Amino acid sequence: METQTIKNQEKAAKVIERISGSEAIVRCLIAEDVKIIYGYPGGAIMPVYDELYKYQDKIHHVLTRHEQGATHSAQGFARISGKVGVAIATSGPGATNLITGIADAQIDSTPMVCITGQVPSHLLGSDAFQETDIVGISTPVTKWNCQVTRAADIPAALAKAFYIARSGRPGPVLVDITKDAQFEEFDFSYEKCTKVRSYVPIPKTVTGTLEAAAKIINAARKPLIVWGQGVVLSEAEEQFKAFVEKAGIPAAWTILGASALPTSHPLNVGMLGMHGNYAPNKLTNECDVLIAIGMRFDDRVTGKLDEYARQAKVIHFEIDPAEIDKNVKTDVAVLGDAKATLDAILPLINTNSHKEWHQQFKDLYEIEYEKVIKGDLYPTKEGLTMGEVIKEINIQSKGDAAIVTDVGQHQMIACRYAEFNKTKSNITSGGLGTMGFGLPAAIGAKMAAPDREVVSISGDGGYQMTIQELGTIFQQKAAVKIVVLNNDFLGMVRQWQQLFFEKRYASTEMVNPNFVAIAEGYYIKAKKVTKREELAGAVKEMMESKEAYFLEVCVEKEGNVFPMVPSGASVSEIRLA
Amino acid sequence: MNKEKQLFTISVYTENNIGLLNRISAIFQRRHINIESLNISPSEIEGVAKFTIVVHMTEEDVKKIIGQIEKQVEVIKAYYHNDEETIYQISGLFKIKSKLLFEEPQIQNIVKESNARIVTVNKDFFVLEKSGKKEEVVALYNQLSVFGIMQYTRSGRVAITKEEMKISELLETYNN
Repeated sequence: METQTIKNQEKAAKVIERISGSEAIVRCLIAEDVKIIYGYPGGAIMPVYDELYKYQDKIHHVLTRHEQGATHSAQGFARISGKVGVAIATSGPGATNLITGIADAQIDSTPMVCITGQVPSHLLGSDAFQETDIVGISTPVTKWNCQVTRAADIPAALAKAFYIARSGRPGPVLVDITKDAQFEEFDFSYEKCTKVRSYVPIPKTVTGTLEAAAKIINAARKPLIVWGQGVVLSEAEEQFKAFVEKAGIPAAWTILGASALPTSHPLNVGMLGMHGNYAPNKLTNECDVLIAIGMRFDDRVTGKLDEYARQAKVIHFEIDPAEIDKNVKTDVAVLGDAKATLDAILPLINTNSHKEWHQQFKDLYEIEYEKVIKGDLYPTKEGLTMGEVIKEINIQSKGDAAIVTDVGQHQMIACRYAEFNKTKSNITSGGLGTMGFGLPAAIGAKMAAPDREVVSISGDGGYQMTIQELGTIFQQKAAVKIVVLNNDFLGMVRQWQQLFFEKRYASTEMVNPNFVAIAEGYYIKAKKVTKREELAGAVKEMMESKEAYFLEVCVEKEGNVFPMVPSGASVSEIRLA
Repeated sequence: MNKEKQLFTISVYTENNIGLLNRISAIFQRRHINIESLNISPSEIEGVAKFTIVVHMTEEDVKKIIGQIEKQVEVIKAYYHNDEETIYQISGLFKIKSKLLFEEPQIQNIVKESNARIVTVNKDFFVLEKSGKKEEVVALYNQLSVFGIMQYTRSGRVAITKEEMKISELLETYNN
C-alpha cells in the first residue's frame, strides 16, 4: 500500500514535469541562476513570453526598445558581473537585430546567451513570414550556435550554450528554437553541462614555459607588462597585482583591460594604443622584454606590426592558443587561465624594482602632461573640454563609479582620464567599436549592480543610435546617469577628416535635437551645460540624484584627441599634437 | 618557416554537426583563401567526421588557420601536411559517347594505358573512372577531350598521412 502511494506520487511528480518546450526554456534559465533577461517579444517567441509571464517572480524580463539594445544590455550586465548575459528575441528581424551585439560580444569575449524564436519546423526553408536563417547569419560571430526543432533537445542545447558562453575564453552563443518545439510537451529534466568532448576551454600550460618565462623576466632590464581583458575575465586581479608588484614592472593596459589594476597604482603606467598614453607606447619600442597578459595585440594597440617591439623578447600569457603568434611572434607562450598561470609563476619571480626604467615612464608622462593632459583637464580657453567633464565625474565618484562609454572621441577621453578603484568598472565596445553600445550597456550594468554608480558617457552621434533605450530606463526605473558630450559632430571621424582629409567634413556635422526635451519626454531629469562655471555643480547634482539623470555638456566643437598613433604608423611615432 | 606558398592538406577531425561546414569555410573566406578542394567523410573513429581541405598558402598562414579551426567548439583536432607527408588521391569520372569506341579506336588504347576503369557501358554512352594524382586525371582528360566528353567531374582530394594521427588517444583524454 505504501509503495503504491510512493509510486503514485512519483507518477504525479512525473506528470508535473511534463511541460512544454517554452516552459522548459524558462526553467533552464532558472536552473542557470538567471534572474534578469533582456528582450523583445514577437510571433515566433510568444510561447516563451507566455511562460515568462507565469514565472515573472523568478525572472525579470526587461523590455528594451530594440533588440540591439537587448544584446548591449546583456553585455553590460555580463561585463560588470562576470555572469552570462541573456537576450531573447523573435525570428526574422528580431533575430537579425541581435547581430551587432553578438558580433560585439564575440570580439570582446563577453559571455552571452541569445535565444531566438524560429518559424515552425515544417516551414523552415520555405521563406515563411519572419523566417531568416539566423544560425547561418550568426555563425561567423558566435562562439557556438545551434537550432532546436524538438522540445526534448532544449535542455541539453541550453545547458551547452551556457557552458560554452562562460567557459574558457567567453563569448556569445545563439540557440534558435522553432515555434513547434516551444509548444511541444516532453518530460523535462535539466542537467548542467560541464564538458563538451571536442572542446578544451582552458589549454594545458606547456611544461617548462613558466620557468622559461620567469627566467627571461628575471633577467630583464627594461621589462614592460601589457595587459588586457584576460585578467578581468579570469578574475586574476589579485594575482596580477601581486605579480606586477613583486617583479616591479611598469604595466600598461588595453582599453578592455582598464580597471583591473587601480588607476592610482604606482606601477600603472597608463593606456596602450592609438590614443593611449605617451610613455607606454613610446617605450614599447624600447623595452627588452614585453610581457603580454590576456591581450591579443589588436591593431589599435600595436600600430604598424613590422615596427612593434621588434627589439623585445615577447612572453604571452594567453588562454586562446589561436592568439599565439597571430599578430606578434612570441618567444615564450604561457598557455592557460591567467589566474592559474600568474599564481604559478609568482614564486619563480625575483623581487625587483626597475627604478631607472620606471623613471623613464614618469619623465615621458611629464611631457604628455604638459603638452596634452593639462590642457584637457584644466583648460584655460573658453570652450569646455571632454576631459574636464571626466575630471568632474572623477571628483564626484571618487573613482568608484562604473564608466560605460560609447565609441569615439568621448570614449578615448573617458578611458584616458577616468579613475578606477575597482575592477570591471570600464565597460566599452573595444574590438567592434559599436556606436550605440553605451546607453543600453549602462542599463544592463546598473541592473546587474544596482548598488554601484553607473555613468553612461556618449557622444551626440552614438547616443542617437540607441536613444530609444531612454524608454527602457524610464520603464525600469534604472538609475543610470547619462552624460552626452555634445560637439555637434561625429567627432572622431571629423578629427580624421581634419588630420588626413584636409578638413573636408563630409557628413560629420550633426544638426541635433533638443536632447534635454527628449530626456524630459521620457520623464528623466535633465540639464544642459554650456559654461564652465555650471559644470561642477551640474555633475554634482547628477551624481547625487537617486534616479536616472541626463546631462548634456556642450563641448568645444573641434576638439581633438591626443596623443595619437596615426593609422599605419609605429607606436613610437605617437604624436602629441 | 617557409614563406613560400605551397599546397597543404588540412585534416580536420570533428563531431558530426550540421553547421560546422559553414563555420569552417567561413574561416577561409575571411582571409580570402581559396579552397582548392574539399572532402568530408567519416573517419576511422565512429561518429567522428573528417574534413580534408586542400589549400595553397604559406606555412605561417596555414598555422594560423589551424588555430582558428581548432578554436571551433566541435572541432576535435586539425593538422596540416605537405604533399610529401601524405598519400593522396582524387577520382575523375568521364562520360563518353559509346559510338566513339568504334569510330575512334585510339580511345581503347588510352583507356588501357591510363589504368582507367569502365564503370558502365550502354548503347549511348560509357563511363570511365580514373583515380590517382590530380595530374594523372587531368592528363586523361586532356587526351579524351579532343574526342569530345559528354560529362566530366573530379572529386576532392582524399588523403592519408604518413604520420600517425592519434585521435583516439586524444578523445580518450577528453573523455576522462
